[in-house]
Amino acid sequence: MSEAVLDTTVEPSGASGVSHDFSRDKQAFGVPWGKAMMWIFLLSDTFIFSCFLVAYMSVRLAATDAWPVPSEVFALSFGGEPIPLILIAIMTFILITSSGTMAMAVNMGYRKEKNKTFWLMFATAMLGVSFVSMQAFEWTKLIQEGVRPWENPFGAAQFGASFFMITGFHGMHVTVGVIYLLVIAFRVKRGYYERRGNNYEIVEITGLYWHFVDLVWVFIFAFFYLW
Amino acid sequence: MSSYVAIADRDHEIEHHDPQTFIRKYVWSQDHKVIAIQYGITAIFVGLIALGLSLMMRLQLGFPNEFEFINPESYYQFITMHGMIMVIYLLTALFLGGFGNYLIPLMCGARDMVFPYMNMLSYWAYLLSVIILLASFFVPGGATGAGWTLYPPQAILPGTPGVEWGILLMLVSLAVFIVAFTMGGLNYVTTVLQARCRGMTLMRMPLSVWGIFIATILGLLAFPALLVSAIMMLFDMNLGTSFFMPAISSMGVDPGFVGGSPILFQHLFWFFGHPEVYIVALPAFGIVSDLLSVHARKNIFGYRMMVWALIAIGGLSFVVWAHHMYVSGMHPYFGFFFATTTLIIAVPTAIKVYNWVLTLWEGNIHLRVPMLFAIGFIFTFIHGGLTGLFLGNVTIDMPLSDTYFVVAHFHMVMGVSPILVVFGAIYHWFPKITGKMYNETLGKWHFWMTFLGTYAIYLPMHYLGFQGVPRRYFAMGNTDFLPESAQALNAAITISALFVAATQILFFVNMIWSMKSGKKADPNPWDATTLEWLTPDTPPKHGNWGPDLPVVHRWAYDYSVPGYEDDFIPQTVPPEQAPAGRDHGVVD
Repeated sequence: MSEAVLDTTVEPSGASGVSHDFSRDKQAFGVPWGKAMMWIFLLSDTFIFSCFLVAYMSVRLAATDAWPVPSEVFALSFGGEPIPLILIAIMTFILITSSGTMAMAVNMGYRKEKNKTFWLMFATAMLGVSFVSMQAFEWTKLIQEGVRPWENPFGAAQFGASFFMITGFHGMHVTVGVIYLLVIAFRVKRGYYERRGNNYEIVEITGLYWHFVDLVWVFIFAFFYLW
Repeated sequence: MSSYVAIADRDHEIEHHDPQTFIRKYVWSQDHKVIAIQYGITAIFVGLIALGLSLMMRLQLGFPNEFEFINPESYYQFITMHGMIMVIYLLTALFLGGFGNYLIPLMCGARDMVFPYMNMLSYWAYLLSVIILLASFFVPGGATGAGWTLYPPQAILPGTPGVEWGILLMLVSLAVFIVAFTMGGLNYVTTVLQARCRGMTLMRMPLSVWGIFIATILGLLAFPALLVSAIMMLFDMNLGTSFFMPAISSMGVDPGFVGGSPILFQHLFWFFGHPEVYIVALPAFGIVSDLLSVHARKNIFGYRMMVWALIAIGGLSFVVWAHHMYVSGMHPYFGFFFATTTLIIAVPTAIKVYNWVLTLWEGNIHLRVPMLFAIGFIFTFIHGGLTGLFLGNVTIDMPLSDTYFVVAHFHMVMGVSPILVVFGAIYHWFPKITGKMYNETLGKWHFWMTFLGTYAIYLPMHYLGFQGVPRRYFAMGNTDFLPESAQALNAAITISALFVAATQILFFVNMIWSMKSGKKADPNPWDATTLEWLTPDTPPKHGNWGPDLPVVHRWAYDYSVPGYEDDFIPQTVPPEQAPAGRDHGVVD
């Protein structure tokens, strides 16, 4: 900020230079409003998921009945021996892959490649849909085996309660993300952003949300399925 | 650099079409000033309901069983709704939704919030949450009587009033409120960070904006805990899960819960609940700093320390929550930790109080109505803060917990103090908001009766607390350790409360009369330096600044600078035309 407005010619260095940069006029961060707001929202959302996960851990430690063994509850068998966590492994793989296609979409957006951006965003959304579908399958299987929010045949009742609440809240985030991705993707396709100064910043903002949802899943995966 | 300067300046290129129709201008408005007034009026409206509820409680406490319409069930409903409305639906909404919306864009030199449409949705979601909350008075079983902390297991078990519908509506209303707050809060934070005018560095911002800004960040990080606990309690109620519910016998029946942890709810609730205290207090701190500085014609003492104290209090407020739970049972080392962090908060808070007093020191004090309220705040806040030191210590808290001492403490520190600032702020900005002057004499009467009246209410409560009068009791009955005089004192408190409530009529008369037939206000009646007084129109029009955004050249506190003809230098005066005051945006 070299304008005379700051009434200064000497820029401070070191730690005070950092705070000086941060508190300079107009903008603390060199990013558009929408992106700054998405970051702040994600910070707030992080606290929601942290509260959920900490509450889950607390409830799990306080539960009076034994906690079900995740590798047995979340196992699928294809004709023979049950394979532990196989469905979850596939779901996690799919979600992480979708982060890859999302990152490529952001890249293509900055290269102003309209069609590639659209198809990569569309692919990301479809991977998201398949994740939610598999989650629906997982829920169905567990419900058929008698797992309910208030009870389950494997052990502590809080298992089902935490499972449906946390994966449900995350699945809702993925679903919202899929809708968000599709809306933006079709706007990209129709040339909506091309007409507005060829600015594809929104693709990156969508990507921030999507990567966040992925990152949250990694924590849910670690704390719920691997613990 | 230039790439995002272009984005910040883009409103030069966008033409501002003023909304023409009445509906677009005043109802579905996206103008931050209209939204602020909508927030303010709604909040004051529910606040009056909560005031009425508190009078009902006082009538019962002062004159037990004289009034047939107050029974134990309705008494608990009054307590619960009074607390929840005052803390969340009045103070949070008024400070952030009301003053935040009005002041942030004007004081930062922005045309509006960064996302006005979302800002509008924020208000309508808030209104929805208020309607859901008030609807709970009219459902079968009435509003919830679980106490404003909503502790399970009692909150959702038979025996507590409102267990049928009231608690459900309360939790849903809170969830909607949190959504509303998040939409507004994201706007406030982003506007402060990214949409200030040229020259407005963070360290040149008025402390009002700093207080609201930090409080909003606290809200965005604290409300998630309340949302999560509300969701989990809704699950416990409606799906029969046992997050918070242990195996328990309810009226001789097993409700089927097993293995949950009621303490978990308390932790989640107070992880929200303690920052919430500062969500209410920090905007008050900020606004009072500006009122004191303007009306004492002196720069605020220790501006940089005031900012860092706000940030420090905000950070510390997240690591003290369990001091609300000393009697819930916890490891003594945790009690030690939370007592220590609690007492550390006294350090930045004391810095602020000293700085307010030092701002007044040798100032050219104008005892106008806003200044009276600001000085009154210093009294009540020191008073409430000192009793906080008692309650922050585990050993002193144990006997005082759940007595009237606690009631007196938090009403002094987060009831009376912020409300005095609210009044001061309304009087201070009334000329800008309406373009009219309020009546000074009525305002002074309002101040003195409110200020002295609240002392008459809350000072005796400390004494009652020391005698062991428990809070939340419908009636004391024949209690051996309470002397007869305790009841006499309770009656006196009730009379004071009725008096203070009646006094508020002066305020509303003053506001409504002045809005209609008050004297036309000067655009800058207090000779203040900050940007909101420099708008081309009073009240400011849509877009705030006319064709050109203001350019800021100095901090917000250039009062009584030697060598300048006026005793104030507005922030927009360039250094060539006036002596450079002290400016913390620049390294000297």
